[in-house]
Amino acid sequence: MKTKNQLALAPWVFTIGFFLLWEIVCRVLKVSSFILPAPSTILLAVWEYRTQLAYHAMHTLWMTLAGFGLAVGFGLLLGMVLGSSRLINAGSYPLLVGFNSIPKVAVVPILVFWFGVGWVPPVLTAFLISFFPIVVNVATGISTVEPEMEDVLRALGASKRDIVLKVGVPRAMPYFFGSLKVAITLAYVGSVIGEQNASNVGIGNLLTRASAAFEVPLVWAALVVLAVLGVVMYVITAYVERSMTGWAQRSQMAA
Amino acid sequence: MKPFVDIHDVTHVYARAEDGLPAVRNLTLKVNEGEFAAIVGPSGCGKSTLMKLATGLQFPREGTVIVDGRQVGAPVKLAGMAFQNPTMLPWRTTLDNILLPLEIVEPHRARLRRHKAEYVAKAESLLEQVGLKGQGRKYPWQLSGGMQQRASLCRALIHEPKLLMLDEPFGALDSFTREELWCVMRDLHAAQKVTIILVTHDLREAAFLSDRIFCMSARPGRIVAEREVEFPRPRDLEITYTPEFSALVHELRGHIAQARKAA
Repeated sequence: MKTKNQLALAPWVFTIGFFLLWEIVCRVLKVSSFILPAPSTILLAVWEYRTQLAYHAMHTLWMTLAGFGLAVGFGLLLGMVLGSSRLINAGSYPLLVGFNSIPKVAVVPILVFWFGVGWVPPVLTAFLISFFPIVVNVATGISTVEPEMEDVLRALGASKRDIVLKVGVPRAMPYFFGSLKVAITLAYVGSVIGEQNASNVGIGNLLTRASAAFEVPLVWAALVVLAVLGVVMYVITAYVERSMTGWAQRSQMAA
Repeated sequence: MKPFVDIHDVTHVYARAEDGLPAVRNLTLKVNEGEFAAIVGPSGCGKSTLMKLATGLQFPREGTVIVDGRQVGAPVKLAGMAFQNPTMLPWRTTLDNILLPLEIVEPHRARLRRHKAEYVAKAESLLEQVGLKGQGRKYPWQLSGGMQQRASLCRALIHEPKLLMLDEPFGALDSFTREELWCVMRDLHAAQKVTIILVTHDLREAAFLSDRIFCMSARPGRIVAEREVEFPRPRDLEITYTPEFSALVHELRGHIAQARKAA
């Protein structure tokens, strides 16, 4: 019981401790707020710019969720295809890995050529950056179905499609939900990169403008807002994961 | 009587075999309808290959496999299978696991949704026959290994297969549970009139359960001895302690020892 309480408190203690330490360092060493503002300064900035921050944050949230949604749909489909066909898997892997290795910030200009400045580049950047882990995980889950299980079903006359749908996909769900936690944070990175380079709204755009104007506290305030949103989205996906795949989390390690 | 499973002079090489050596060579065996056949042999003798050949998961390079009067050219669709590993799906309850074959096999596939209650009743009666009454709602991982294996037998039988293939189904169980399951298997065979092919390492198991025992040689596998088992049915576990039974097991052991030496 004692360790359980400690575990529940630990994230709060560590987070608050981190910011306290930061505050103390800034005050004791008298760091200029232009280099590193103290948390108190940042918090004041958040309050001062709250309407502006909220407006842009909502926009970023939308971009992220739209890109993430696309990535989930596309990732599931492509993962199912790759997981059920060794030929397509082997053939397309170099392409996928190569594509994933391209820094997505380099792709944004191309998206601007195609779609102009607006909401499309951030959504697509979020999508492009976050679909890969979903594909890989879903494909792994499906391609590792036990051979005995496959034999049982094939001896009954099951088609490849039957086996993928009845065994492969449910089996891949823990992998899928695990990958969502990675994908949602990546999607955030993607939409902010997109907004920084090709949008007139959103936290990314706010960051670009604030740093151009040397409004250092606003830059930090925007970063804090991003971090908080990221944590919230992560927690939501982790919660969904736990409620959807309880059967997979019966090990002592997960308890 | 016409044989139900007729494997004639079959030689099979796996496409992925690195040495190109056949898994079975000139394999011939016949199992009659409703018979309980056991196949014993040293490990790696191609027993699992034989299972795959008889169910149409593999097709022979040479020779013919005839099941139920038809040459096998595709998965036979009338077979139920159980393995050493119960391979239950952890996200389905035990009952839903047992109903899984019905979601694949016609005509049940088309009827399942509308006649669910009827099929559930059938699954529950099977569960009762194997001693798992009322456990259908539990998830497989809440059951012990022996209970999972019982459920896996129910899954193999739910679609009333004409042929039941068992690949060392009791190999991973402790000896008490194993003997219990022998009796379960014996009673299921008596009740269902299904043709059963049991692949096993356990000579006592083969002698207790089957009507006919085939001994296989080491790889490449073929049948080196065929032995009818004449103990009257229903058999009691007590027969395993009679001198006749010991003599039979001893004789089988001799065949296996020879097969190993020849390898």
